[in-house]
Amino acid sequence: MEQRRPILTLKTGTFFLSPAIFFVILFLIVPFVWIIVVSFTNQSLTGATALNPEFVGLQNYLDLFNFDTWLTRGNFGSSMIITLEFVIGSAWIGQVVLGMGLAIAFYRRKGALREFVNTLVILCWIIPDVVVAFSWSAYLDRDYGTLNAILNLIGLGRPDWQLAFPLFAIILFNSWRGAAFSMLLFSSALATIPPSYLETAEVAGASFWQKQRDIILPLLRGHILTDMVLITLWTFNTFSPFLLTGGGPAFKTEVISIFTYRIAFKFFDFGMGGAIAVVAMVINFALALVYLLMLRKQAVYS
Amino acid sequence: MRTKNIHRIFFVITILAMLVTACAPKETAQPTSASTAPTAAPPAKEVPPVAEPIKLSMICRCVVGGTNANTANWILDYVIPEFEAEMKAQGKDVTVELVQFGGSDEELKARYALDLKAGSGNDLMAFDGFWTPEFAEGGLIKPLETIVGASYADWEGWSHISSGVQQLLSYQGQHYGVPTGTDARVIWYRKDLFEQAGIPTDWQPKSWDDILATARTIKEKLPGVTPLQLNAGTAMGEATTMQGWYMAFLGTGNNVYDFATNKFPVSGQAFLDTLNFYKTIYVDEGLGDARTQLLTDGRDRSFLSFRDGTTAMLVEGDWFWRSVIAPGGSAGMDQRNDLVNWAMMPAMTPGKGINGQDYVTVSGGTGFILNPNTKYTAESWGLMTLMYSKDSLDYFQTLQPGIKSRDDVAIPNDPILTAMAKTMLPLTTTRPSDPAYSENISPALQLMTERVVSGEMTPEQALEAFTTAMTAAIGADKVEEAK
Amino acid sequence: MKRYRKRISSVLYYVFAVLAIAFFGLPLLWLILTPFNSRASLAVEIPTAPTLDNFRAVFQNKFAVQALTQNNLIIAIGTMLGVTLIASLAAYALSRARIPGRNAMAYTLMLFSSVVTGTAAMVPIFLIIMGMGLIDQHLGVILVLIGGNLPTAIFMMRDFVDDIPASYEESAMISGASPFQIFKDVALPQVRPGMMVVAVWSFVNAWGAFLIPFILLRSSDKLPASTAIYSFYTEAGTPNILLVSAYALLYTLPVVVFYLLVNWKYGFRFFGGIKR
Repeated sequence: MEQRRPILTLKTGTFFLSPAIFFVILFLIVPFVWIIVVSFTNQSLTGATALNPEFVGLQNYLDLFNFDTWLTRGNFGSSMIITLEFVIGSAWIGQVVLGMGLAIAFYRRKGALREFVNTLVILCWIIPDVVVAFSWSAYLDRDYGTLNAILNLIGLGRPDWQLAFPLFAIILFNSWRGAAFSMLLFSSALATIPPSYLETAEVAGASFWQKQRDIILPLLRGHILTDMVLITLWTFNTFSPFLLTGGGPAFKTEVISIFTYRIAFKFFDFGMGGAIAVVAMVINFALALVYLLMLRKQAVYS
Repeated sequence: MRTKNIHRIFFVITILAMLVTACAPKETAQPTSASTAPTAAPPAKEVPPVAEPIKLSMICRCVVGGTNANTANWILDYVIPEFEAEMKAQGKDVTVELVQFGGSDEELKARYALDLKAGSGNDLMAFDGFWTPEFAEGGLIKPLETIVGASYADWEGWSHISSGVQQLLSYQGQHYGVPTGTDARVIWYRKDLFEQAGIPTDWQPKSWDDILATARTIKEKLPGVTPLQLNAGTAMGEATTMQGWYMAFLGTGNNVYDFATNKFPVSGQAFLDTLNFYKTIYVDEGLGDARTQLLTDGRDRSFLSFRDGTTAMLVEGDWFWRSVIAPGGSAGMDQRNDLVNWAMMPAMTPGKGINGQDYVTVSGGTGFILNPNTKYTAESWGLMTLMYSKDSLDYFQTLQPGIKSRDDVAIPNDPILTAMAKTMLPLTTTRPSDPAYSENISPALQLMTERVVSGEMTPEQALEAFTTAMTAAIGADKVEEAK
Repeated sequence: MKRYRKRISSVLYYVFAVLAIAFFGLPLLWLILTPFNSRASLAVEIPTAPTLDNFRAVFQNKFAVQALTQNNLIIAIGTMLGVTLIASLAAYALSRARIPGRNAMAYTLMLFSSVVTGTAAMVPIFLIIMGMGLIDQHLGVILVLIGGNLPTAIFMMRDFVDDIPASYEESAMISGASPFQIFKDVALPQVRPGMMVVAVWSFVNAWGAFLIPFILLRSSDKLPASTAIYSFYTEAGTPNILLVSAYALLYTLPVVVFYLLVNWKYGFRFFGGIKR
């Protein structure tokens, strides 16, 4: 949407941007700089290093990447792997597939059923975290939970979700929680596809899957990419599983945000907490970069 | 039409935004207490003129009708009115606000650390004794002598609080606050289940083997009943160290801290014995339910299970008796007095316990500290001393009987608690006054039990990981082998 | 053949819809039913004798009630207004002015926002708010929440703004309207659905926010519901299931009502689908 003469001059544009810039500097950039600085010290909140923090160079980073122990549960490497599984499972598979499925199923449909399901999915997204956590704890309970009551009814027994499959449980939870965003995004994207494309395909006798593969997926590539990068970022940084599992049992659900919380707020080790945040930031940055490159490549092709 | 609508919306938004800004108190507003005082407050020790109304605030993890309701009621119904009246009699206009904190202990600890770091916080703060070293070392809290002056020692209450109990809120010989009371840990058991399993209801085990033998009988005779709960795992936090690890480990003749050498034991057979005790209970023989050790709400589950008669023995503090299973408690049992009894925790074998004891226990305690940032030192200390006067604690006893810090405050109407206090307090030990305890050792002990109980590691592997981590964290010169 | 295929597709549609309802609805059943029970349970039990006692008990808790009727509203409405206004202005600027590196800027902001909402930044944020003298004031919470939500809001708004044609604005410009007039009278009416999406989204985020109010607020009478709910815990840290579920339901209703209202009046959807 490039115009010959922009509607806003650079000066006015900056003026319009200034409130946002103020907030961003104060609450995003300043804290981030603080985090970077503190990550090179042994600053803590209690104990001897609270009063006299020392510059420790790269020590916090070296401790994080101590390859002898870093895969032991409760350490950084282990947390990274859990986070990766969590992102792949709940964001890339859970939310994208679920959201896409819902969007396609309701594409060009009307009526109460569509409205009902649509509203239900969005409710799951907007209900407060704390409430959702209570509801899911009850839902997943081994002995009394609704999920196991149903599984038991159809002869699948009562799996111990919270103890035996805790990571799967939070993946399921987060897929449920976040599917709405992908659904909304894909629904809007589908609405931009001219109906004539699909009608032509139908006349030509294309099957359901052919239509998906040859028409819908290619047209939605950009949207899928955007969706992926946004929900990857959000999932990577979400703290919600904490309310469900607290990171346990035995650190099996300790994703990176919960790991940071434990180091910074249970052990008050700000130096190490800062280092983890910086590494997480670098990973986020790399993801976004990959995404931007892919977008550019796509723009070249089309 | 559309434009008109959006105009209206915009108008409303602007008005609302102005309202919000206007309603929010200005930065220059009078700070109501130390909690909002910016760092650039006037010199802390300045005595305000008499006529100026004084506002004090105190905070505890207590909520009327919720968490620690009795503490909240004690403060609101007795402490504050009495103090305000006393001040009025002296011609001072003092009002006290109680901040009722509803979160967890760990959340409260985090908030304290932030507040104190920022030079603010409430004037009186409810405090768990074992936080003291960590906070004192970090310069976040100051000795009473520094805040109040030497006259703090003149308070009549000190002569009624044993030096051991005073230690709960002390660090390096300095008092930081006044403890409300102390506690002790024992084995609680269900008499009805013991009867059904054919075990005498005046049960007192003499060794770990006795406990295991009883647990095996229960497992055999009463299917569906979990015989024993000995806390393990990281989910319960300090409860694992105190009610679990300490209670077993003291039975090997060791404390978590060697008070003679000022070092932490981090290796040795005593560790393996204790870990194998855990392994027998949770992994080898299934005498305990590992699930309740690992889930976030596992501890509550075990309380409810005890209430419902599906757990037979449970190692817990007197708090379990006076609060959790007390009628109306979170796992209240109306027939508590008929169904529940207690036994001392035995050493591994008779005489093998700490100091050559046959039975062991450990005590902790909570109280209130004085915030070093308080603007009204004299009044805050006055509030503290009134709160811990004999009359005040006697009043508290009518709400919830417990072992109070003052020796002139009796435990009314509770023979079990009275007997327990009498038997256990002479045997008790306390946690070390070393910041490394709460910062490193205690969390690592919890993690070690979790690794064994979950079957993730053998006792040998878990101990090796513990030894390595602790030696690195607190230094080779501060660790030793257990006896 | 075509008819047959159509029937299959509508059978599949119903099967899918039922599965979706089960998947999304079942976890919420407990929340809806338990508050009306008289016996605490983690199981879904249809109340045999529905009772309102739990709600009555909840209303005894002064702070919890105040949290919902006052504190949550202040925080959520304040945040919503701030985010919606500032994001609209910023998104419009990013779309209509040739600001160098604007794409990269939008992305970098998104990245930073994941840090600020993360746990590590809580300490510097606490110190900043402390320095502003806004500890224990709703304004402090609102400002931080605005800061945390702005980048994503700008990101979403930008898409809405990019999708509206600039021709009306151009003609307004030619007839001599000021940039602010153009923004207010020409552009905003067209992006109203987008503003509504951002409004609902930021309201919902502020309504449910836990960590930031927890760290920045002190007085019991200022806490929002997300923290006040823990006052229904017992001394042992066990939730009183009946009261917690009753309160949770009350806590949830306003966001649901707000969403339904907006959806009914304006439609809640992303128009072009965010794609840049």
